[in-house]
Amino acid sequence: MVNFIARRLLSGLITIWFIATATFFAMHAVPGDPLTQEKAMSPAVRAQLEARYGLDKPLIEQYQLFMSNMLRGDFGISFTQENRSVNDIIREHFPISATLGIAAVLIALVGGISAGSAAAYCKNRWPDRVVMIAVIAAISVPGFVIAGLAQLVIVALNNAAETTLLPVAGWGSVSQIWVPALVLGLGTMAYLSRIMRASMLEVLSADFNIAAKAKGVNGWRLFFHHQLRNAVLPVVTELGPTIAAITTGGFVVELIFAIPGLGRYFVQAVQQLDYTVIMGTTVFYGAFLVLVVVLVDISYGLIDPRIRLHRGRS
Amino acid sequence: MTISVFRFAPKTWGSADDLEMVAPIALPSMASPTVILSATVVVFLLLFVSVGPLLWQQSPSQQWLSQISDGPSPAYSVRVISDNGAWRPSALSDMPAGLKVHAANTEYVRLHWPVLEGVTRYRIYRGDAHKPGLGLAIADTSDNYFQDRLQLSRELYRYTIADADTGLLLLAREIRPEAAISAFEAQLQGLIPVTNNTSQWVELPAHPLGTDALGRDMLARLMAGGRTSLFVGVVAPLLYISFGCIFGAIAGLMGGWVDQLAMRFVDFVVALPFLLFMILFRVAFGIGPGENGIMPLILAMLMLSWPGSARLIRGQVLALRSQPFVEASRIAGVGTSRMILRHMLPNVLPMILVAFSFAIPQAIFTEAFLSFIGMGVSPPTTSWGALCNDGIKTLLSHPRQLLLPALFISLSVLAFNILGDALRDATDRRSGVVRA
Repeated sequence: MVNFIARRLLSGLITIWFIATATFFAMHAVPGDPLTQEKAMSPAVRAQLEARYGLDKPLIEQYQLFMSNMLRGDFGISFTQENRSVNDIIREHFPISATLGIAAVLIALVGGISAGSAAAYCKNRWPDRVVMIAVIAAISVPGFVIAGLAQLVIVALNNAAETTLLPVAGWGSVSQIWVPALVLGLGTMAYLSRIMRASMLEVLSADFNIAAKAKGVNGWRLFFHHQLRNAVLPVVTELGPTIAAITTGGFVVELIFAIPGLGRYFVQAVQQLDYTVIMGTTVFYGAFLVLVVVLVDISYGLIDPRIRLHRGRS
Repeated sequence: MTISVFRFAPKTWGSADDLEMVAPIALPSMASPTVILSATVVVFLLLFVSVGPLLWQQSPSQQWLSQISDGPSPAYSVRVISDNGAWRPSALSDMPAGLKVHAANTEYVRLHWPVLEGVTRYRIYRGDAHKPGLGLAIADTSDNYFQDRLQLSRELYRYTIADADTGLLLLAREIRPEAAISAFEAQLQGLIPVTNNTSQWVELPAHPLGTDALGRDMLARLMAGGRTSLFVGVVAPLLYISFGCIFGAIAGLMGGWVDQLAMRFVDFVVALPFLLFMILFRVAFGIGPGENGIMPLILAMLMLSWPGSARLIRGQVLALRSQPFVEASRIAGVGTSRMILRHMLPNVLPMILVAFSFAIPQAIFTEAFLSFIGMGVSPPTTSWGALCNDGIKTLLSHPRQLLLPALFISLSVLAFNILGDALRDATDRRSGVVRA
């Protein structure tokens, strides 16, 4: 197990290095630089600014400088937002994105697992059909449209009630978390319930399930200990990509619901070519995702001991 | 089989072999109504974007600002009005009894009211007649007449005249302006000849789906946008799946350290945060002036999306290499190129097709997403995603402008997904595919 975790962490580190390098060179391939603004700048001022930010050095030297700073955990100071370090931006805005993301993942997991199980239990009867139609609808409608529709519904509700039942946008209150989180998690929930339904159907017709029933296990114990624990494995495998999709997909929802998350800073930074913010957010997101994938791999081993043994040996 | 005496055994219970036989029946078969319907939808969408613009031609010059965000409308006639700017009632001695309307059309509304004792300045309010409240204060005047030329549309307005000093409401009247077009505007759009300006009425084109926030015909915009969306949706997967297949096939065929190295590279590309890098690459490729931004989009997708098919094909090639029929043909002296073309390709082709059909809806989604956040195609080129981006700005007042392009995105994604499902089932059942 330790060996397995160590190897996963090592490959994760190499992946982060690759992400940082790819970002660095892709970013410098963009024509122009952060100092290119609408306002014309005199060559002397420009040269001084370039020297201050180290932009006058050869690219490879800048790369070395960036890498050594990154190893010390310092992403530098934003070009466009004076006196704000990238670390500060991340520290201030990532918790917001993370709260939204965690809420969305929880909603997607609970919703997906229960809807999928319900559909499998009632196969080919109306609950199954309702769930499957909802799944198809949620998969084929883009997230930003769902977000827009959600706002329309909220406005209609508020108009009907003639008070503000739910805020349309913004951040802070509980309902300002769960409405965007529901919107963000809906697509994933649909996807997970489809997987859950298929794997639950398989479990329901498996020999061990029949044996458990024959021994007289029933009710919730049968469901949680025998059926769910086995059927949930494919969902857990999907957890890594799911969290990735939700955290990076979050910025459309952040945009529409006016949530001050990190995603918005990334889009803004790319448009303004704010080198340090681009590098900081990408490497941070990349590292976060790599960590999530490693954690999911480990948790997979915890849920299913067979896999832990198998992987531990290989 | 003996266990089947248990009464609570589920209906689908059986051995693994039974399941193989049972499972495909529950899934949509190749000729099920759903599949036929989706195929029809796909054909309709393709015709919509290819033949549609030929049948439904809209002249860009007929973009009339008075028709901004109009609802669906048939072709209708409007009065041509020679507009000479300022106006005052011809006979001021002829005092109207109440609030008199001299003219009410979408170019101007002319109001005239009796001089009221003790009032030095009048304030004119205009509001939506269906809502309570006075609406907008549009002018203060000391005259007893007023001409409103402020962005009029064919809605029911309520005009209220108030005393500007005391705020006392004096007169009110509901007015629905008639559609009208100024002679100058009509000439500009080529609706009437420039030299012979005698016609009283002109015919305005129909807008079956209404107009957008700039007065452009929505149906024509949807057709133009669909071209971009479907083009990106088909061409990008075609490119990246081809590249991925070649990459994966080379890795699988060469084996050894080449394979190891290639697959490590694939692992890294997979680990890149997809949307962040889509945005980054899309900006890195840049758009010059006058370009529409479709090529950078496709290139960015190509660079990030190929690893999936590379892994798939490598696995297939590795599995095929150890198959007896491949070994047999190698012993029989079949050369490498013939081996690939005659023995390997027919076996992996169904898988490639299935991967392709699932990649189309994903590419459509990605394009829509990027255009939605303003990182996709650049105006005046449009796509369904870009139309959604325009539409969400006017969501609360005109939800149609978001819902229509969204409907087209959803329809195409759904139809391609169902076709992909059917294709996968069909190829699975033929079981020409080797399971890796």
